[in-house]
Amino acid sequence: MLLSTTNLTVGYGAVEAVRGIDIDVAEGEIVALLGANGAGKSSTLNALVGLTSIQAGEVTFDGMVTNNLSPEQLVRRGLTLTPEGRRVFAALTVEENLILGGYTLGTRSTAFTDNLSHLLDLFPILKDRRQQLAGTLSGGQQQQLAIARAMMSSPKLLLLDEPSLGLAPQIVEKIFELIDDLRAAGTTILLVEQNVALSLDIADRGYLMASGRIVTTGSGAELASSNIIEQAYLGAGEGA
Amino acid sequence: MEFFLQQTVNAIALGGTYALLALGLAIIFSIMGMINFAHGELMTTTGYVLMFAGLAGIPFALAAPIAVVCAMLAAMAMERLAFRPVRNSSGATMLVTSFAVAIILQTLFQNLISKRSQPVILPDIFAQSVEIAGLTIGVNQISSICVTAVMLVVLNILLKRTAVGIAMRAAAEDFPVARLMGIRANAVISGAFALSGMLAGVAGVLWVAQRASVDPLMGFVPVLKAFIAAILGGLGSLSGAVAGGFALGFIEIYLTAYVPETAQPFKESIGLGLVILILLWRPNGLIPAKALGKEKV
Repeated sequence: MLLSTTNLTVGYGAVEAVRGIDIDVAEGEIVALLGANGAGKSSTLNALVGLTSIQAGEVTFDGMVTNNLSPEQLVRRGLTLTPEGRRVFAALTVEENLILGGYTLGTRSTAFTDNLSHLLDLFPILKDRRQQLAGTLSGGQQQQLAIARAMMSSPKLLLLDEPSLGLAPQIVEKIFELIDDLRAAGTTILLVEQNVALSLDIADRGYLMASGRIVTTGSGAELASSNIIEQAYLGAGEGA
Repeated sequence: MEFFLQQTVNAIALGGTYALLALGLAIIFSIMGMINFAHGELMTTTGYVLMFAGLAGIPFALAAPIAVVCAMLAAMAMERLAFRPVRNSSGATMLVTSFAVAIILQTLFQNLISKRSQPVILPDIFAQSVEIAGLTIGVNQISSICVTAVMLVVLNILLKRTAVGIAMRAAAEDFPVARLMGIRANAVISGAFALSGMLAGVAGVLWVAQRASVDPLMGFVPVLKAFIAAILGGLGSLSGAVAGGFALGFIEIYLTAYVPETAQPFKESIGLGLVILILLWRPNGLIPAKALGKEKV
């Protein structure tokens, strides 16, 4: 397994957002982490990259326990996150955002130059707007930039938090195609999404979370055909 | 007209020094959300290094860069010893810490060096002046203006063209995401302090070159002015700090030049009144920071 968690528990003060979950992600997979708002998906991702501290349990990434590593250390080991809401550096240009994405490689390395030219070819819109401030891009363009920025570090595992949030349907489909392309090119992906149908379309496997726990797991097709997901979303709606 | 131009040169020289100081404050504020009131003591440090260097017979051309490097090292030491332990605390804690650092340093200067103002040996050239287009301009003013211009260009290149500079700007906008890029928090903050120390050091050299003396409380007033300038320009905005610094320099010099003799005692109040008026007109400052209020560190 590239990534596995055992009894992962994450909380903010007295509130436990994630209550002892076990997740596995194997190399080359797209794994979807689904669930209603407040189910604990983003908290899980934030804990995996070291932005939120882990209260209990263990995270193993690439053969090493990473519980106490900082985001700075984890990105150097090949784990990175595209955060919810894109969070591109609005006051910086598109190119500067990409430079920061490849910061750990060193801007003079060949890996950096190769990644930059490869990603600019993959995202023509970013090439066209290279010198434009990221804050002036549209939502879909910002999402492409956020993903490209994360890919600049050549991650082994890319965590994507709600890449389709707030985007127009046609753009959402493009983003999902892109995620599928990234996997085809060898990147393993753990995807947190609201858009269940599209996620299960591209995912090899999925986990369904509710109230901080894993409710069910299965292949993308299995989950898509069962009605448990629908129930989980409705159930959470009732509780809230 | 000639008098006006003469005063304008004075205003640019003074405003430039305020701008450098305000920039130092703004760099730290934009990244850490803290106003470093011990910034002035970095200036004072520069002054004492210049004083001791003069006594040791080190030529000014060599002493000035040494003094600036000392201010940079002092700023980095300040961060490591005093500010890092309180980095994740509230703004009030950090503010009080910076006051404490300022007072500790002032007391050390008073007790270890002298309570009184000490002369600083400067090359004779600083006392001279040159005629340019009918204006008599002091060498120290010309150097002030030139050094400020060079510093602003250097800083601009540093922040826009180097990976470390881009990382600093990113950290100022969104620190958690900057960490996701692999940018080390300690390195960025330490770098920001080095940069602000360099600016305080350069401003300190310019300040001492005007006065030829140094005293333990020397840094307090200019940094208070720089703080006003930073707010006037838009707290946390770097171009705002420069604009605010120059604006304050112009306000002070023109008031000194044009306010009638009887009203001179009130010129500081009039000046601050103008600052308040500007802030009423533009509450976020002349050039507001684009992305403030987000999470720091």
